[in-house]
Amino acid sequence: MESVEFSRYLTMLTLSVHVVFATVGVGVPIFIAIAHWLGLKRGDEHYLLLAKRWARGYVISVAVGVVTGTAIALQLALLWPRFMEFAGQLVALPLFMETFAFFFEAIFLGIYLYTWNRFKNPKHHFLLLIPVVLGAAMSALFITSVNAFMNTPQGFTLVDGQLTNIQPLLAMFNPAMPTKVAHVLTSAYMTAAFILASIAAFHLWRGNNHVYHRKALSLTMKVALIFSIATALVGDLSGKFLAEYQPEKLAAAEWHFETEGEAPLVLYGILTETNEVKYAIRIPYALSILVHSHPSGVVTGLNDIPEEYHPPYLIHYFFDIMVTIGVWLTVLSLFYMVALWRNWSVIKSKMFRFLLVTSGPLAMVAIQAGWWFTEVGRQPWIMRGFMTTAEGATDSPHVPLMLVAFAILYFILVVGTGVVLTRMFKNNPVEKELEKINAIQRSEAK
Amino acid sequence: MTVEVIGISVLWLFLFGYVIVASIDFGAGFFNASTIVTGKHHIVNSVIQRYLSPVWEITNVFLVFFFVGMIGFFPSTAYYFGTVLLIPISISIILLALRGSYYAFGTYGTKGHVGYTLMYGVTGVLIPASLSTALIVSQGGFIRETATGRIELDYLALFTSPFAWSIILLSLVSVLFISASFLAYYSSVAEDKGALKLFRRYTWIWSFPTIITALGIIIEMKWHNIEHFQGLLSLWWLFALSFVCFVMSLWLLKKGQYGWSFIFVVLQFAIAFYGYGVSRYPYLLYPNLTIYDGFTNETMAYALITVFILGLLLLIPSLYLVFKLFIMNKPYIKKGKV
Repeated sequence: MESVEFSRYLTMLTLSVHVVFATVGVGVPIFIAIAHWLGLKRGDEHYLLLAKRWARGYVISVAVGVVTGTAIALQLALLWPRFMEFAGQLVALPLFMETFAFFFEAIFLGIYLYTWNRFKNPKHHFLLLIPVVLGAAMSALFITSVNAFMNTPQGFTLVDGQLTNIQPLLAMFNPAMPTKVAHVLTSAYMTAAFILASIAAFHLWRGNNHVYHRKALSLTMKVALIFSIATALVGDLSGKFLAEYQPEKLAAAEWHFETEGEAPLVLYGILTETNEVKYAIRIPYALSILVHSHPSGVVTGLNDIPEEYHPPYLIHYFFDIMVTIGVWLTVLSLFYMVALWRNWSVIKSKMFRFLLVTSGPLAMVAIQAGWWFTEVGRQPWIMRGFMTTAEGATDSPHVPLMLVAFAILYFILVVGTGVVLTRMFKNNPVEKELEKINAIQRSEAK
Repeated sequence: MTVEVIGISVLWLFLFGYVIVASIDFGAGFFNASTIVTGKHHIVNSVIQRYLSPVWEITNVFLVFFFVGMIGFFPSTAYYFGTVLLIPISISIILLALRGSYYAFGTYGTKGHVGYTLMYGVTGVLIPASLSTALIVSQGGFIRETATGRIELDYLALFTSPFAWSIILLSLVSVLFISASFLAYYSSVAEDKGALKLFRRYTWIWSFPTIITALGIIIEMKWHNIEHFQGLLSLWWLFALSFVCFVMSLWLLKKGQYGWSFIFVVLQFAIAFYGYGVSRYPYLLYPNLTIYDGFTNETMAYALITVFILGLLLLIPSLYLVFKLFIMNKPYIKKGKV
């Protein structure tokens, strides 16, 4: 194997670890803000404590997000020097802005954490969360626009290998950007909601029926439903986008070989060596409807695309995993809300609570599957239409060694995060903290 | 002033910003760990923790800032430095990752774990060493071309070069000097006499090796890169000025003016740092890359400078807020739980 293969694996490894923490990093601040705001508005200690405890766990994940983010920022140039040399002239602007957004977030997160009870007016403390939420969303926006550029490059003209007529804003606001950014943001909020819901559900499932956990669960599930629906809607738009700009990715995801109208949507199944689809569920017309909102719309098939530009057909599985989990979680949260409204006791059953416990990890799996789908799906390109992955990679022979080193590092980081987070909350349960708060209030009242 | 010069000046500013904040941070981590070993930890613990906790994240961003800006303004550096520095920079990333996450684990998670603190200290002194390889390589003389036309780092030349080791040594001792000087000031604001006494002593201890290695490097440059040596000589008055600031800072330290003493330390490094930067003009990587042939297209350069100015308008007030709340805030430094 060559350096390019190892560079791909190392980048995939770094990004797969980073995206766990990045998704939490983008999604969770909004929940801290909602809980903090509800706490202040209703004078409810439970919500304030929620905000405090979420924020505490959040810092750990931000820390690991920062270091893995630094790793990928530097690895881009270390592993893909030719690509960065070329693309640096086109996407430096969003990269630079991303750092600003992140800087902004880091500053205010630091202030927020260390100023509980330092402001006379508690609302001022709450206001510190606004730059945190905005900074997190903005950095997601800018960095996703860079990724979108790699999928649909524009804003320059290539004349004999020389770049001319460069328009940084056009490069940033490329065709893939709106759907990508929207999908990244909505799915991050959705995932964060389910992760926080999982935590609350875990305590309820274990038989702790404290009102604190019930409040947390119903708050996060409500928001989860909203963002699940939003994610699905944006996902639909992303499908339409793919059909227009990256038909090869959609065709590979759907194992769609013949260009035809009335195209069926292929779910699950396996692909034989002769490219026959077996054991799949076919939903007639669905792909045409998905792409053209019309049952007889013509969808480009892989046979009409030169074979050297076909993405690996494997991405079908990633696509299925993502969509299945997305649909399942939407149904789950919808059912929960209806049941809550109609007072069905089934949502208090141990079985249902267990389903809720699995929702957060499932959402994270969907995030991973979605990114693998989109990234593997643009092979063989690193910059679609302009530079292949092999052309962008480093020629250093030391990449395999670095792959091992980073794998060990990430193992330590992930295990460490798990251990620290578990210990942090296990040793200091909600009841103990609420008691402490009450004791302080009692002594102040005296 | 050409737009290339503006570009490199902006980047040099980021790098200098990183050198100062990271030095304070690395040094603080080192003192924090070394006092555990020497049994003086209780004296410095609270001062260091109170400074580090709210700002540790910001330090890392300075580095990414410099790095992203470098690729933005000078995309060709991505090719040269990226290809050559795979191993040293990967080592830095790994150390930075361990350091950052273990700090968070130790501070926000399980409080006061000795292993985390020691790890934080040790990685803190190794990072400047591994990062300074980038600076050493940019001097030229450590990159060789292979038979197949690839470029790679000449590790043998690097590890056997006294010049390279002097730079690494300078990065180590100056980290400890800058940090001790800042922490002396910080403990004087906190009115923490024990910590102040210790950090004042550390400042004295690390000041002399710093200035001696710095002078030594200028002399060594004569054999390493004569062109750059002459560049340094032509700016002798800047380095003389830097030396005057060094003497001033020690004098103020003796007088008990710790805030001013630290300001003169920063000035000393700023002048020397900019002097060094100007003296190597116009090379980014001697002799392969100058700031002119590695520069990005003009449109992007102007876009970056515009964003940079807008970004500063946002950052400076925010940094001022951090400063007011945590660094200049007496009640916070003195009391308050970490």
